[in-house]
This record gives sequence, C-alpha cells and structure tokens, in this order.
Amino acid sequence: MIKVYVSSVIEAPADSVWAQIRDFNGLPKWTPFVAESRIEGGLAADKVGCVRSFRLKDGGVIREQLLTLSDYDFQCTYSILESPMGVENYVATLKLTPVTDGDRTFAEWWAEFDCAPEREGQLAQSIGQGVFQAGLDALKGLFRR
Amino acid sequence: MIRVTRSTLIDAPIERVWAVLRDFNSHTAWHPAVAESEIEGGDPPDQVGCVRRFTLRDGNLIREQLLTLSDPEHVSTYCILDATLPMRRYVATVQLKRVTDSDRTFWHWQSTFDVPRGREREFEHLVGVGVYEGGFEGLRRYLRRSLDLRPSGVAARPARIVGEIPSHGVIVERFGGPEVLRYQTLSAPAPGPGEVRIRQTAIGVNYIDVYVRAGHYRMLEPPAPLGMEAAGEVLDVGDGVAHLLPGDRVAYACPPPGAYVSVRTMAAHQVVVLPDHVDDETAAAVMLKGMTAEYLLHRTYRVRAGDTVLVHAAAGGVGLFLCQWAKALGAQVVGTVSSEDKARLARAHGCEAAIVTRDYRFADAVREATGGRGADVIFDGLGRAAAEENLEALALCGHWVSYGQATGPLEAIAAERLTDKSATLSRPVLFHYTAQRAALAEIAGRVFTALHDGVLHVDVHHRYPLAAAAEAHRDLEARRTTGPLLLLP
Repeated sequence: MIKVYVSSVIEAPADSVWAQIRDFNGLPKWTPFVAESRIEGGLAADKVGCVRSFRLKDGGVIREQLLTLSDYDFQCTYSILESPMGVENYVATLKLTPVTDGDRTFAEWWAEFDCAPEREGQLAQSIGQGVFQAGLDALKGLFRR
Repeated sequence: MIRVTRSTLIDAPIERVWAVLRDFNSHTAWHPAVAESEIEGGDPPDQVGCVRRFTLRDGNLIREQLLTLSDPEHVSTYCILDATLPMRRYVATVQLKRVTDSDRTFWHWQSTFDVPRGREREFEHLVGVGVYEGGFEGLRRYLRRSLDLRPSGVAARPARIVGEIPSHGVIVERFGGPEVLRYQTLSAPAPGPGEVRIRQTAIGVNYIDVYVRAGHYRMLEPPAPLGMEAAGEVLDVGDGVAHLLPGDRVAYACPPPGAYVSVRTMAAHQVVVLPDHVDDETAAAVMLKGMTAEYLLHRTYRVRAGDTVLVHAAAGGVGLFLCQWAKALGAQVVGTVSSEDKARLARAHGCEAAIVTRDYRFADAVREATGGRGADVIFDGLGRAAAEENLEALALCGHWVSYGQATGPLEAIAAERLTDKSATLSRPVLFHYTAQRAALAEIAGRVFTALHDGVLHVDVHHRYPLAAAAEAHRDLEARRTTGPLLLLP
C-alpha cells in the first residue's frame, strides 16, 4: 500500500472552492486533464454510490465511485473502479479546511493504493503531481484574486 | 457551549513549528499573553498528563493538562483544570498540517467550553483573538527571531530545509568487549535523496552486533554507532522516497550499522511499513530474527513436513522462531540448549527433543532422537565449536546451514568431508536475501503474517535503556538471556 499526499492553499473562501469541487461530475470544468465526464445510471452527481465515467484528454477512460460526501466537513472520498493506470484498492480523499486568517482555504488531496512495487515511484509522481497537484493548481488559477 | 476556531499559515516547515508547539511549556517563550509558566512536578513537557501552571500578563492564573500528543499527526489536545477565569469544560486541539507545495505549515487551533450566560461574546473574543490570533503572531515573531521564518514573498526552498535533530546513541569507541560501547549525544541530519529520518522507539540487539563490536565483521570504522535493527516513526523523507510518509510506523533490519540511536537518518530502501497488528517492540524483536528464520526455512533450505530439523541455541532469538515455524511446517524439531530452563522454553515453542549441552556435544543425542538417521537440516548459529559434531549429526544428503558463529568463525572444511554424506554446506547471509525490495517485502510480509496467524509468537523478557547497551551485550554473550533483547531510547 502506498500513500500519496498533496496539500496547498487556495486564495478563496472554502465554501466557494467547495461549490466547485462537490460536483462529482464536474472534473472537465476545473481540471486541465479531463475531457468529458458523465454519471452512470442517471444518478445525481452528489449521491453517494454514484459512478463517474470520464475520459482523459490523453484518451484513457476512468470509472470512479463516490464513497462519501460531506458538505459540513468539505470532504469527499472516492475509489477507482476501472482505470488504465494499473492500481488496485485505490481510495482518494479531497478535503478543504477554512483558513480563518485571510479567509483562504487549505486543500488536501491524498490517496492510498496498491501497485506493482517497481511502479510505485512513477505512479506516486504521476498521481501526486500529474493529478492532485495539477488539480489544485487549476483551482488556484480559477480563484486567483 | 462555545466553539472557537482559528487557523493560519506559518512560513516555516512543519517540523520547525511542531518542535516548538509539542513542548507544552514553550508558550512563555512565544505567546505574548503568557507571563510565567512551569510544569508541575518537573514532568517532561511532552509527557501526556503533565500540567502547566501559568500566569497571564493580566494576572490571571490557569492550570492546563496535556491530554494527547501525537508526533506523527502533529496534533495535541489539552484542557483547563482550574483557572481564575470563569471558563468551564475547556478542551482545545492544536493541529498542524504540511502545505506540500510550498513547504509551509497550516495551523488549526480549536476549542469548546462554557462560560456564564451573557458573557459568551466576551470570551469568544478573548480566546479567538487574544489567545489564538495573538499566539499565531507571537509564534511568527519567535521564529523570526531565531531566523526560522522565511521573509514574506520569498519562495520556499524545494528541498527539505529542516536541519539536524538532536539524537543520542551508543557508539563503538574501538573494537573490543562490551566496555568499548559509549553512550553519547549525536545528531540526525535532514534526509537527503532516497533517505528517511526515523524517531526510533525500540531497537533490537543481535549477535551480529557482538561480531561487529569485536571487529570480526568489519562493517564499521570506530568510532561509530552500532546496531542493525529498529522500529519507530517516520519524521521526514528525502526526495524520491515513494513508499514512506511522515507518520508511518516502520521497521528495518539491514546494514550498515547505526541502529543504536534515538533518531536515525538512513537509506529508505530497506525500511518497511508495519501493519497495525505488529507493535513497535514486536517489530524490533522480529525484523532481523524473524526474517532470518523465514529465509532459512523457506529459501536456503525448503523445510517440508516430515523433515528432521536440528536447531542450535534453540531458546535464543532466532532459535525460538526456527522451532515454532519448523514445527508449524510439519517438521520434527530437535534442538540444543545450554540449560534445563532453556530446554523447557524450547519445548514450549515446538522443539520436540531439547538436548542440554554446555560443551557442544550433541551428535549422539541427535542420532538417538532420530532413530539413528541424523538431521536432514541443521540450522547452526554456533560456528567453530559445533563443526565436527554437525558433520556427525547430519543425515545422508543432509544440509548444514551455517548462518552464525557465536563460538567463533568456522575453520576451513575440506570439500571431501561433505562427500562422506553427500552433504550440502551453506553459508547464507540475511542481507543478500533481502537486498531487492520486492524480496524484502515478501520476506517481511511472511513474517508479519506468521505473527498474525500465531505461527510465530514473541515474548520480550529483556528490555534495557539504550544507555545500558553494554549490559545487554554482557548478558547476551554470557548466555543469560532467552529470546529477543531490546534497547529502548
């Protein structure tokens, strides 16, 4: 089991940032790497258990299931059902915490998963930097003051 | 009930901020509202349960008790015991988190409490602004004075910028007996690329440490710290380390020596994360000895049901594991020990026939116990003194596995001596079997599973303060111990 943890500070109130990311079908709106996304079976995009199927700009298709969503804690978790990345038991959490000093947001994004040992370094890099950091950077750009 | 929450960002690495905040008595140094403070009874200021008694600059007196403190999670909680202020049921939490993309620290400070009706607003302001926001500014000033706070607008350095952390440990002053071990202050540098820094909680003592101390194995140049095995918690990691995170509980058994220390910076390659069911002391007791048993029984020789296995020093650290595991694999286990007490212990761990001998004469007894056939495999940590008897005690086509030399190095053995029985002689070393991370993970994983399933069971009877390492060595060499020995920093 390896863990990837990334955190950053976004210059906007937590409820504004949360409004953007609580939409489980909204990745194409704010990430630089997702081309299109849909929720399977016509479920609501904030319904725990719903599955998003999205296509990356590089062509890969990923299916992820929403496991928890808390508007109170500004936090959601999800797992990967199918992906071309070669990971197993992948569970990720995205969490926001208000920074009262300056009305900013502390954003954390982390995942735990299993993979072939020789791929750990490369996957930690591509998920930590290529997905999580890139996503947080995009949010920072969206809310630049 | 009032809830007050304040949070901020500090332009310094989390390790630096936590080093200050984890000290429950440090607030006199940095909090502008605190006049004087002391820990009652002289307890250490990071000991859960300790009480700080302090006066505020406005004259109020408060006693607060530390309820929890977690270094890996950078969180502490405390409560007010009594105060000259009308605050009741005050419980507060201080939580730090790392901002990974700018090497800053997120500081979250929250409390709940009750005050007399009508004074809520007054106290919410007192705590939120006077205590928490005032504290944030106070800590910034304090870090700025010690040059630990980056000027605003300056980008964080990408590498870890935390410096050395004080450590203490036991070094070999020169090669020799236990008297060459010296306890002294050391330091653990920030981890470089591929490295990890570990706050160690339990350290394993092994016979290999005796060989290294005596100079039989030239694995260090004195003066240098001794030790191959320990468990603890990850403080921080250098670039390129993907399998460890700060806060992970970990353990290792590997060269180079250097484990007899409280905080260690080392290559991360051989460090494994512990499952929840293996506590730190167990890990420090099983990493080297359990992994040794694993490779001896599954790799050097593959023990099968019905094999007759001879285990020397059957009540020793590795010996007890070999007995338990070989028995679970269906082998008939014969052992040698140096006393009746040790024989009882070995029998309780699966050794069917325990031969008591203090002069390394056992071949006749082994033949007797095996109906004249001898042992299919001998796991020999004794070395020189047992060599001739081992050849005697071996069955035809038997395998003599010499993995240690407690009585001195083996003398040269003519290859023809093996012909007498079509015998095989192996001279394996654990660290060759664990050199590849995939193999290490497999071997360690099998040991953890064996612990979980009850195949291996560890009782630690011998714990010493780290400073008493020489005493541990004396006891080990005098054959006064059974099972694993631990040093506690």
